[in-house]
Amino acid sequence: MQNWINAYSWINIRFLLQGLWITILISVISVILSFIIGSVLGIIRYSKIPYFSKIIGFIIDVIRNLPLLLIIFFVYFGLPAFGFKPDTIPAAILAMTVFESMMIAEIIRSGIMAVDIGQMEAARAMGMKMPQAMWHVVLPQAYKKMIPAMVSQFISLIKDTSLATIIVVPELMQHGQVVYGQDPNYIIPVFVAMAIMYFIVCYALSLLSKFIDRRMA
Amino acid sequence: MINLLTNNWSEFISGFGWTLLSSVLALFFSLIIGSLFAIFEVVPNKAVRIIGNIYVEVFRNIPLLVITMFFYLVIPLYITKINGFTAGTIGLTIYTSAFIAETVRAGINSVDVGQMEAARSQGMTFWQAMRYIVLPQAFKYVIPPLGNQFVNLVKNSSVLAFVAGFDLMYQGNAIASQTFETVNTYIIVGLFYLVITLPISYYMQHLERKLA
Repeated sequence: MQNWINAYSWINIRFLLQGLWITILISVISVILSFIIGSVLGIIRYSKIPYFSKIIGFIIDVIRNLPLLLIIFFVYFGLPAFGFKPDTIPAAILAMTVFESMMIAEIIRSGIMAVDIGQMEAARAMGMKMPQAMWHVVLPQAYKKMIPAMVSQFISLIKDTSLATIIVVPELMQHGQVVYGQDPNYIIPVFVAMAIMYFIVCYALSLLSKFIDRRMA
Repeated sequence: MINLLTNNWSEFISGFGWTLLSSVLALFFSLIIGSLFAIFEVVPNKAVRIIGNIYVEVFRNIPLLVITMFFYLVIPLYITKINGFTAGTIGLTIYTSAFIAETVRAGINSVDVGQMEAARSQGMTFWQAMRYIVLPQAFKYVIPPLGNQFVNLVKNSSVLAFVAGFDLMYQGNAIASQTFETVNTYIIVGLFYLVITLPISYYMQHLERKLA
């Protein structure tokens, strides 16, 4: 029989919540870094600089089409061959950032493309330079349009941090494994608890995105 | 790197095969389940709509790994022995079906509501109108996002490595730990994934541009 009462002792729940905290920490750091890197890459790809944009575009497409798990393995087990040995949490953040930057670059590029070309032309006609027009006119409108895509990308990022359990990052999934590892009768309660924790965080974000979307429209 | 590839060719290819098989099976079943729940979300009956909504929201907001590990660990406790491949494919199917339900629902909503009304006025039942009039039109809009879902599915199938599903990622890890050629092994594994995912995602971009 599954032992719900012992599985939900405060020590176990607190341990799971500590895991959730690490999950959120990794996700937030990765998303901030990826937002910056992704914006730069997306703008480079959009601005069609000869050769350079094509090369960046190809790199984006390649990394986007690889499994995140492979990138995590590569960072944690592959990079030491080049003399760089990251700890588990930095390795997870690095892998997530590399992967998410490419995802966000694509979101940014399609967001910029969704802004009417006349906006850029009008700004240029007013005497603004291309970077000025981008920064003051096009990007603010583009960011507004891509909020829903960005939030759903952030939700998948939070869910994907569970993959980092394979390199023993002490996040929610890994802490869950530690708890149900004590006793097979904890398996179902722990999975239910983990599912609820992930669900609350992700669902709250998706409600927030719907709310912002409705207010903007 | 060539030596690594030729020496472990059979492992790589068998991993590639299992990855592909799991993705195709999961796509097939999640298309059926996903379409069903998408229809649930648009039927007139409110109770059924709520069931559809709950299914989609729950499985979209829980990590695939949690779903997969749950089946891998819980089914053997109560029901029957299960291998990693089956558990992984079940997990993939359930997770993907929630995303496909969202995609198909968006497709159904993009079909003009007059189509459904016209079909109903001709004496078709709701299900007939759905089956013969609305869904065929919806699927046209839905093909590019479904293709992208398949790309995600192939990438996500790497979770089979957690449950010893003999997929590409699992074989890659085994080869990496035997040969100690970690970097080269992962590069080869990556190339195998790209062989499937890159052409599909380029083709879907092309289709999207054509439909737009």
